[in-house]
Amino acid sequence: MKGFLRADGRKGIRNVVLVTYLVECAHHVARVIVNDSPGDNVQLIGFPGCYPNEYSLKIMEGLCTHPNVAGVLIVSLGCEGFNREQLQKTIKESGRAVDTLVIQKSGGTKKTIEAGLDRVKELLITAEAAEIVPMEMDELVVGTICGGSDGTSGIGANPAVGHCFDKLIAQDAVCIFEETGELIGCEHIMAERAITPELGEEIMKSVEKAEHYYTQMGYGSFAPGNAEGGLSTQEEKSMGAYAKSGSSPIHGLIKPGDIPSQGGLYLMDVVPDGNPMFGFPNIVDSAEIVEMIASGCHIILFTTGRGSVVGSAISPVIKVCANPETYENLSDDMDINAGKVINGESTVAQVGDEIYQLVSQVAAGEPSKSEALGHQEFVLTYKKFEAIGPSCLPTAR
Amino acid sequence: MINKHFVLLNKADNVFVCCRQLFSGESIKLEEVDVEMTVDITVGHKIARKAISKGTKIIKYGVSIGSAVEDIAFGEHIHMHNMKSDYIASHTRQNRAGE
Repeated sequence: MKGFLRADGRKGIRNVVLVTYLVECAHHVARVIVNDSPGDNVQLIGFPGCYPNEYSLKIMEGLCTHPNVAGVLIVSLGCEGFNREQLQKTIKESGRAVDTLVIQKSGGTKKTIEAGLDRVKELLITAEAAEIVPMEMDELVVGTICGGSDGTSGIGANPAVGHCFDKLIAQDAVCIFEETGELIGCEHIMAERAITPELGEEIMKSVEKAEHYYTQMGYGSFAPGNAEGGLSTQEEKSMGAYAKSGSSPIHGLIKPGDIPSQGGLYLMDVVPDGNPMFGFPNIVDSAEIVEMIASGCHIILFTTGRGSVVGSAISPVIKVCANPETYENLSDDMDINAGKVINGESTVAQVGDEIYQLVSQVAAGEPSKSEALGHQEFVLTYKKFEAIGPSCLPTAR
Repeated sequence: MINKHFVLLNKADNVFVCCRQLFSGESIKLEEVDVEMTVDITVGHKIARKAISKGTKIIKYGVSIGSAVEDIAFGEHIHMHNMKSDYIASHTRQNRAGE
């Protein structure tokens, strides 16, 4: 396996140039720059709001200094609240190429697009020059999420991802699973897997927080399709989702944008702290994917039963489909047929080995299905978090 | 897998999970006992492994996934109409949470 070496020592499996808009008002200009630039490696991300938000700045910093990212063009309208100077500084300090265009100072739409296309050309030349070095499994960060879950997800796809996670962690990779709101009901068994009792308590508290938050919002993390697919309750969905974590000990509890420094299994707490403020913890699967990528994920394993088609900007998404009927129907979008488990054709371990194999191939450069189809979904909105406590990362140096 | 239509995920479970669709009126042997389906059962859905009385925990994967809100007969479809979460109400496209 080979990686693109960045100046900060991190290694990427893709070589992306990002164009990021810092307010919806700059979205169109940024999109045209991306659309008119050559290849799939120039990708669009952005933040819609005009008010400043510490969380979105942290996530944007995490994304723009992600190991898969070679350089960034920031597109600002000029008057929005997003701290573009701070973002530019963080990217520059990471050793990545960065440039900022402010539409109000650049002469408007046409002139900013022209200038942006020139800057992207330069960023692509810098990206081309990235040093390619050997990369090992212990340098890989893999996240997992489920979306469009049904009654098959917890039988085929999720335990198979868990098996793959166990194999990756045995090689000292970082693996991240998430959505404490989708782990309601699993808190006790999950806490028992924590490497310290204090971390176990933090995990219990994070799930209680999720339950409280979702109750206040009036809905659990439970979509109508979950029910149509046979899932009856939040805790039933949770138990199925929990299987993605495999059987390794839980090394830490992180929040979006926190980057684990050692191999092992980590739970990401995506539910905001304090009273509900900006709405649902995660409005859609893509918001969770973006948070995991901000925490350094090179690859996302996305399990589904009903069938999702999304990919992501920055990091490839691998689809693992648990439902054999969905697999038949959406096979162009699915990387792995975990429906073989429920059909009795394969064991969970066999499908898990298949996923592991594909992770190695995608890490080595092979595009995942969603990546090849051009999926580069991206969502980032407002949230509020407090920093994690000292018990959350017991072995942090 | 107990037959081609149903799987028992954990021996402590009081539900089977459907892995191949069955239609209303079809009969099937479940652990040596014949039972007739009263509704269509699609992949991923659950049926009762035994008679379950109101208030009893529904056990899947060996753990509780909620409680029965009415008496449930052997072989009957188990879903939101006869069980509920012990944590947070579920919702469908037609119904708000808790209704």
